[in-house]
Amino acid sequence: MTSLAAIRQSSRAQIVLGLITGICFGFLLNKGGATDYNVIENQLLLTDFTVIKLMLSAVIVGMAVFPVLKHYGYANLHAAHGALGSNVIGGLIFGAGFALLGYCPGTVAGAVGTGALDALIGGMVGMLIGAGIFAEFYPALNAGILNRAPLPAVTIPELLRTNTVVTVVLLEAGMIGFLLLLEYAGL
Amino acid sequence: MVMFGFFTQSVWSPYLAGAGIGILSCLALMVADRPLGCSTAFVKARGLIGKIINPEKTEKMAYYQDIVPKVDWAFMIIPGIIIGAFLSSVLSGTFHLIWVPALWGSVFGDDAVLRVIVALAGGILLGFGARWAGGCTSGHGISGSIQLSLASMITAAFFFAGGIAVALLLYRVIGVAIP
Repeated sequence: MTSLAAIRQSSRAQIVLGLITGICFGFLLNKGGATDYNVIENQLLLTDFTVIKLMLSAVIVGMAVFPVLKHYGYANLHAAHGALGSNVIGGLIFGAGFALLGYCPGTVAGAVGTGALDALIGGMVGMLIGAGIFAEFYPALNAGILNRAPLPAVTIPELLRTNTVVTVVLLEAGMIGFLLLLEYAGL
Repeated sequence: MVMFGFFTQSVWSPYLAGAGIGILSCLALMVADRPLGCSTAFVKARGLIGKIINPEKTEKMAYYQDIVPKVDWAFMIIPGIIIGAFLSSVLSGTFHLIWVPALWGSVFGDDAVLRVIVALAGGILLGFGARWAGGCTSGHGISGSIQLSLASMITAAFFFAGGIAVALLLYRVIGVAIP
């Protein structure tokens, strides 16, 4: 575990690992079909369920692995204490952008890699402008709306006062059941 | 050769690619001690641009104290994704330079200027909204959900609620009304 700490602290190793992680992520997003405007927009129009299948598979696998890593000290919890003012309103603004652009912040970069110029000139430039506008208004937003209506808990087990293992099993069953239902419905 | 054929396929089962992304998100939490997110990189890049065009103002801005504009793990994710998707699409022969996606073109026409203007507006809302919500589809939607984060699951639900509402408005209302 000392070596893990050494890797985390080496800024040079982190730059290389970030690039490698990104390359793997971009490769998988493309192979999963999620760097294509048509696939993403059709997900939002509820006529193609590739994106949800991809995301839920990632969550199903990761949710089973993460508690093990955490238990043995290989990973830490990185969950922020949210608020409805931040998560609901921010989520809706993001959603509007998601539908207009047809890509999200990761898949917009993936689409650029496949040659989508609307993702480069429109999407990536727009993201830089949007992030800059947020940085400009951050002090005022952070003093008000972002912290409005704080959530009662950080994690689901904390909210429901349930055991982590039980929560994971129930959520996994729910997600697998949903995917089976999609397949059964021919979607 | 069987292995190589696998990499030249244009798409894999979304379940397989998704499982790979789940493993990758866990590896990121291990080696970088960070969730695998994509919107932070845009803040860092914007801060780096700000440092060139207006260094005094950028240095003082509170948001860049929280998210330091520098080239690090989180920053490198975006160039990495571009390279990874480029490699994948070149291997499978699906790399094409396009301005207007097919679905957009079928409803709103092949005018690249209109598409770029709407994409730019979408990009601005996406960048602004991601930072307002504190993460994106991968940071909240995948890495946050993996960690059973309540805030992340709520956020991901509203990404799709907002996205579905606006996409339906765009294609089923506006797209039908235009001549």
